[in-house]
Amino acid sequence: MKALQIIETAYRGTLEEQDDTIIWLTHSMRDAGAELSVLLTGNAVNYAVKGQDASGLSFGDWKQTNPPRIEAELEKLIGKGVPVYAVRDDIDRRGLGKVAKVTGVQLVARNALAALLEAHDLVWHW
Amino acid sequence: MSSFMLISSRDPFECGDTENFYRLAVDLKTGGSDVTLFLVQNGVLPARDGAENLALRQVVHSGVRVVADEFSLRERAVGRSELADGIAAVSLERVVDALAAGAKTIWH
Amino acid sequence: MSNPKTLAFAIMDPPFESARSTTFFRLLEIAAGRGYNLNVFAYEGGVHLSFEQQKAHGNGVHGTDVETEHHPLPKIWVGEIIATAKKNGGAVNWVNCGLCADERGIDKVVEGVRRGGPADFWKLAAASDNSLVIGTR
Repeated sequence: MKALQIIETAYRGTLEEQDDTIIWLTHSMRDAGAELSVLLTGNAVNYAVKGQDASGLSFGDWKQTNPPRIEAELEKLIGKGVPVYAVRDDIDRRGLGKVAKVTGVQLVARNALAALLEAHDLVWHW
Repeated sequence: MSSFMLISSRDPFECGDTENFYRLAVDLKTGGSDVTLFLVQNGVLPARDGAENLALRQVVHSGVRVVADEFSLRERAVGRSELADGIAAVSLERVVDALAAGAKTIWH
Repeated sequence: MSNPKTLAFAIMDPPFESARSTTFFRLLEIAAGRGYNLNVFAYEGGVHLSFEQQKAHGNGVHGTDVETEHHPLPKIWVGEIIATAKKNGGAVNWVNCGLCADERGIDKVVEGVRRGGPADFWKLAAASDNSLVIGTR
């Protein structure tokens, strides 16, 4: 059983959760033996961009000492054998075509998504 | 090829990605899959005849089965006779039927 | 019912914020009425759905008291879904993400809901005939 995890909304609660909750969930399930792929679409394609820095949040004396490191979490996921795809059309529309990206993220054209969905037993759009 | 139940819960007037979801339905159908597009919640709003719904009409013309949740329609005062051509009002049971039959069921 | 189906659902939304949580319960009601077994994974805000401390209220704008307003409380719906499934020969296995509950202070939940870990959704889905994720926005 192979599932495709679709992430469409970026930075949803990430500063409070110290991670993207679906990338985090994907790590947890992968560690438990799940066979998963990740598809970044919509503004979540920005997760593939190198140089994200969420440090520096503070409220009064409280300082964020362990900010989310989404780019690194994505790299770790790829290192665990989870294929990570990003929709090329969404990348291009956001001017990210020539921006440095996380190594290993595979770009896929929107008109090739049907085949990607066919290749998975389950499709979970979070 | 697989069967797909695509659940569209968002209004394309509000959410730009909804038309991408419609397009996915067409692409899956073109690839030979059996595809139902199930409109629910604010996703039923473009089903009203007279709404600016060119993208949804293209889904209907592609041969994708397009249906709308009768409860969501009634809640939004969209009568069955006011539905655009090719769109039928159905019960939410249709989604559970699809799940039980093993269709890849995707919420958008 | 012979050979009942088992369906898994994941939900991320808390109640009272979107139409998604209501549609989610409508789906569960249909499946429970058919005697299906239901595996539910409540993730992030979804852990609020079974929070035991939800309280009904009257509504001054509607001019109603508590009894007349009959305010919907999802914790009651959870109990009803569990009862409906049982009546029809099915069962509900409802798992709240434990860390999600902790960070939100959801320490009391209705009967029939248990605490689990993030990987439980994979286990629930693997043990089911099909699954549906209802993400949040």
